[in-house]
Amino acid sequence: MIRLALAFTLFLLAAPAFAISDPNEALPDPKQEARAVAIGEQLRCLVCQNESIEDSGADLARDLRHIVRQQVAAGKTDQQVIDWLVARYGNFVRLRPPFEASTLLLWGSPVLALAGGAAIVLLARRRQGESPPPLSDAERKRLRRLLDT
Amino acid sequence: MIPELGHFALALGVALGFAQAIVPLWGAHRGDARLMQAAPALALGQFLAVGISFVCLAWSSVVSDFSVLNIAENSNSLEPLIYKITGTWGNHEGSILFWCLILTMCGAAVAAFGAGLPSSLRARVIGVLGLAGVGFQLFALLESDPFVRLWPPPVDGRDMNPLLQDPGLAMHPPILYTGYVGFAVPFAFAIAALLEGRIDAAWGRWVRPWTLAAWCFLTGGIALGSWWAYYELGWGGFWFWDPVENASLLPWLTGTALLHSALVVEKREALKVWTVLLAIGTFSFSLSGTFLVRSGILNSVHAFANDPARGVFILALLGLVIGGSLLLFALRAPVLSATGIFAPVSREGALVLNNILLCSIAAVVATGTMYPLFADLLLGEKLSVGAPFFNATVFPLAVPLFAAMAVGPMLSWKRADLGAALTKLWWAALIAAAIGLFMATRAALLPTLAFACAAWIILGAAADLGERVRLFRVPLSASGRRLLGLSRGTLGTTIAHAGLGVTIAGIAAASLAHSSIVLLHPGQVAHVGGYDFQLTDLHDRSGPNYAARVAVIDVRHDGRLLTVLAPERRTFPVQQITTTEAKISTNGLRDLYAVLGEERDGGAVLRLHVNWLAPWIWFGALIMAAGGLVSLADRRLRVGAPARRRARTVPA
Amino acid sequence: MTSPDRPRHESAMRRRLLLFGPFAAVLAAGGAFYVMLERETEGRFDPRGVPSMLIGKPVPTFTLPGNPGFASADLRGRPIVVNWFASWCAPCLEEAPVLMDLKRAGVEIWGIAYKDRPDATAAFLAGHGDPYAKRADDQPGRVAIDWGLTGVPETYLIDPAGIVRWRYVGPLTTDAIAGELQPLLRRYA
Repeated sequence: MIRLALAFTLFLLAAPAFAISDPNEALPDPKQEARAVAIGEQLRCLVCQNESIEDSGADLARDLRHIVRQQVAAGKTDQQVIDWLVARYGNFVRLRPPFEASTLLLWGSPVLALAGGAAIVLLARRRQGESPPPLSDAERKRLRRLLDT
Repeated sequence: MIPELGHFALALGVALGFAQAIVPLWGAHRGDARLMQAAPALALGQFLAVGISFVCLAWSSVVSDFSVLNIAENSNSLEPLIYKITGTWGNHEGSILFWCLILTMCGAAVAAFGAGLPSSLRARVIGVLGLAGVGFQLFALLESDPFVRLWPPPVDGRDMNPLLQDPGLAMHPPILYTGYVGFAVPFAFAIAALLEGRIDAAWGRWVRPWTLAAWCFLTGGIALGSWWAYYELGWGGFWFWDPVENASLLPWLTGTALLHSALVVEKREALKVWTVLLAIGTFSFSLSGTFLVRSGILNSVHAFANDPARGVFILALLGLVIGGSLLLFALRAPVLSATGIFAPVSREGALVLNNILLCSIAAVVATGTMYPLFADLLLGEKLSVGAPFFNATVFPLAVPLFAAMAVGPMLSWKRADLGAALTKLWWAALIAAAIGLFMATRAALLPTLAFACAAWIILGAAADLGERVRLFRVPLSASGRRLLGLSRGTLGTTIAHAGLGVTIAGIAAASLAHSSIVLLHPGQVAHVGGYDFQLTDLHDRSGPNYAARVAVIDVRHDGRLLTVLAPERRTFPVQQITTTEAKISTNGLRDLYAVLGEERDGGAVLRLHVNWLAPWIWFGALIMAAGGLVSLADRRLRVGAPARRRARTVPA
Repeated sequence: MTSPDRPRHESAMRRRLLLFGPFAAVLAAGGAFYVMLERETEGRFDPRGVPSMLIGKPVPTFTLPGNPGFASADLRGRPIVVNWFASWCAPCLEEAPVLMDLKRAGVEIWGIAYKDRPDATAAFLAGHGDPYAKRADDQPGRVAIDWGLTGVPETYLIDPAGIVRWRYVGPLTTDAIAGELQPLLRRYA
């Protein structure tokens, strides 16, 4: 939420919280901790603007970080952890929305944009390639007159 | 009295703006030279009026006149003078006024430097700028008046948001806004061209320097904002794909595309319709970036809920400016005919590819930013779109862009030999591939690719330069003479491209960063990324309007003391806000970064980072902007004195 | 017109239509933003609100201590309003009189204190009135996550079968009670 200041939104009056937290929070196994961070970065802090739970200092984000680590340590897969949170907070909690009917346009946007660009280029080139229309009889007459004189 | 004077000057600005919009446009329509000649004077007058208005607001802030509501809410008598001045644009009302000021400044600049323009084109450009200016000044006057009085005045002001009390952020808005608003000039040229029904190479030559100047400011502004986030927010991140950041990235992407397509208009008289659309689109994104986002549609709509009139006003204004110009575009664009024909493999072709990719990235960023709102409105689905989405979609589009970037400048106009261009780049490709392979063992796929791209772009720029000065093929002195003889535009392109490569390397290196959160008691040492951080002291310090807690940290590498970092946690009593002051020590290749968190049983929680190549992110942006400025030096010569330049180039 | 002119004419028409594309897109987007704005002011559109996943589902299983404390199994047999609150939460203060009125109207309200010390909770209720028939404490805030809680106060309606029927985020208003809660209470009574 503090990031809004970047462009002077300045409607930010809530005290900023920083994601500096308990050093004991991290899992002892660095591999598991890295996995927990990777999962946490895909989960939205529900009470913040647009931060992941890994970035946020909010209380709820801290609790969710803790739960993610508990589940990682218990051997759950990434998908299981994310599903557990989605069951409670819905797809809103995923910073990386799932690929489904309602997000088709979202995930399809790179392809659609490229296809649109290609289509415009092709249309423009086809137009460029078109030869000018043949002269009408009147024009031909005028041309002959011009050439004759 | 001073605030009333400012208010009056603003009203005067609106009146002059109306005249500036109507008189020259009518004159150009009727072909009346006298009416058209009134344009420069009106533009200068409007600039003066809004300038006086802004100075009045700044003065009220400097003397801490708390009977002005805006100043009572956003300033404080204890604040250092610099923040009293920068605080003028550090709040909603003041920043709108500042925005208007820059817009009128653009009009005045066209008036001052536009003597060489055809009079009808100049009149129309100034007229369009006047029309836009009126709209936003009316918004300032009617919906966000900075001069509203407060009675009785409070004893002291509520102070500026402490996060904004920072030299970097104090300079961020003027630079960013100049970038945003600067795109009003290409926009005005586009509208003027649609009204005239004519675009030629001269138009392209005119539009390019303005675009370039705006682009330099926008690049600098975005970089400054990201740098601020890096050192002020305290978790080492520099880009979050936040709607607000995306809003500044969008005009940058389309503005970069415009920069390249205007080149095609200038050199080859092709892509005219597209360039006009890009000019309109870029300014539209600038407007949306400043207004739509600020007003809260994208973030929390609460700003609207508090004052719906303000939101509706903004939306109507945006609709008029953007919708009106796109309608004009739809009606008049068929009049603009393209003449230049080119083969797919050519400089033009490469620039078209650049435009497709840049605009695709812009489309993806815009879609991702807006999607949650539209999904909610149309489908009733609550979604979030954040960094993981943008990283996954933007990068695949950026890689071909980066790959083409090194080749493009080597292609000749009209028809080019791709094979020949690639053979000149074989060594760059080889080194880039080697760097990629080397990194592949140390980093994930994306950073590896990014490192290879960075090397490819930087070396490609070097190869292009080497080719142009015929390095090692002619004596070095001859190469040196050739280098001096290169056009500034070419040199600027090379510099700017290399700058992007540097930035990409910095971003890619973020994956190599080490960070750790530790609880240290004085005397204890933490090891992070091969460096030893020792907490030596914790003490209090008092600032002008805050109290600070300071941690002193010695950083050693192999037992040698490198630097002492003293991060702070500042508490601002007036606004009841605590901020962290991260401390960073850089040697250009890596940042040592320390943040002080909470304290617990005599120890302090510290967040310690070793960020490799982090400064390159902003250093690269600086190089990009510098490349733009070098290029601008060339343009100014041409624009200022086209005849003189032609005379000069003949002997060469 | 002769026949070879027609395709050319058509392609020119298509091109002209294409040029209206950007205008149409902006028009549509502007219209959508206007609707968002309107609904926002009416309170029907909140892009930031997290929807509850519990609506139509059974209450998550829990057992919480407190005064006297309760478990999910207790929420049966009659419609019960469950209110999450905390003594440290300012909007809860604002909500307190509304809840007292609701209690006086004969609605059964159970409270769960979120991340609050029991003595602070007791002092808060002593000072501002205690609308709760039963109160539980979720000091660790773990059960709250099962409920999908994003903050306090939040209010839920549980039907006699233990199914969640309604959720309200933020301090409860008399409008929300009259317009949303009362009709549901009548339906599930």
